[in-house]
Amino acid sequence: MKIDCRHVWDHISAYIDGDVDAVLRAEIDRHLEHCEICSAVMDSTRNVVILIADERVFEIPAGYSERLHSRLEAVLATESPG
Amino acid sequence: MTSEIKSGAPVGQSPPETIARILAGETHLFHALIRPVERAVFVMLFMLLRSESDAEDVAQETFIKVFRNLHSFRGDSKFSTWVLSITRNEGLAWLRKRASRPEEPLEPILDDSGGDYTPALLTDWREVPLEALERKELGHCLSRAILNLPPIYREVVQLRDIDELDVQETAEVLGITAGSVKVRLHRARTMLQKELVPRLKEFAPASSRWRGFFGRRV
Repeated sequence: MKIDCRHVWDHISAYIDGDVDAVLRAEIDRHLEHCEICSAVMDSTRNVVILIADERVFEIPAGYSERLHSRLEAVLATESPG
Repeated sequence: MTSEIKSGAPVGQSPPETIARILAGETHLFHALIRPVERAVFVMLFMLLRSESDAEDVAQETFIKVFRNLHSFRGDSKFSTWVLSITRNEGLAWLRKRASRPEEPLEPILDDSGGDYTPALLTDWREVPLEALERKELGHCLSRAILNLPPIYREVVQLRDIDELDVQETAEVLGITAGSVKVRLHRARTMLQKELVPRLKEFAPASSRWRGFFGRRV
């Protein structure tokens, strides 16, 4: 069976996560071999997913952890865990 | 996934073992117990509250609540999943409390059937390597795009792609089905691709040597 571009787009996320069955994966792979547009869509989506996972995207305020643990210290010193 | 979120678990002991010791009186171990989830808790609250100082305040309150309720952790889910569920509830409660300020809708504003989720189509795509994140503008560009997603998509992206929880864990935190997680994640990634791809061009290296690095088809 031949699949069209929209069919490929419907499965991009599952494809990236390895969550498509072998038959569908083979169909998508065959499509990507000759479709430059879908190939770019797949690569760019995967690239975005890789980039947003990086810790530099959301920076934690300086001293966040220190302030958190010092606040907790006061609670831990006076209370038992529930 | 073998670690508690992706920053790694306390060395040598599983969270349930550490929790048992804390409940038995070694309360100082609570510090090590929560270190692997500190970042995810802050990011979740920042995404909900959109203020660093509010996110930090609520994070502190959340961890105090976690400590006070530690006995009720049953171990059916992972500790990180449990903490993130509590975090989400605390964040939503905070938003409800400050109802005098305009708040964004938290209930699904788009159902799972409508909408146009067509990706940006292009043929001149070039990979942006992680090294490009040394430029702060790239990080800001990515974080802005994530923050601009509708809430139901933003939180799935956060849990799946930023915290790297699996589908089932994400479903547990959000109280939705695994199927809904997949649908929302697919739409969120497509929206991010559409929004970001035209902007990412300027961060791609000029040479073509990166081509194919992420582009290999598995």
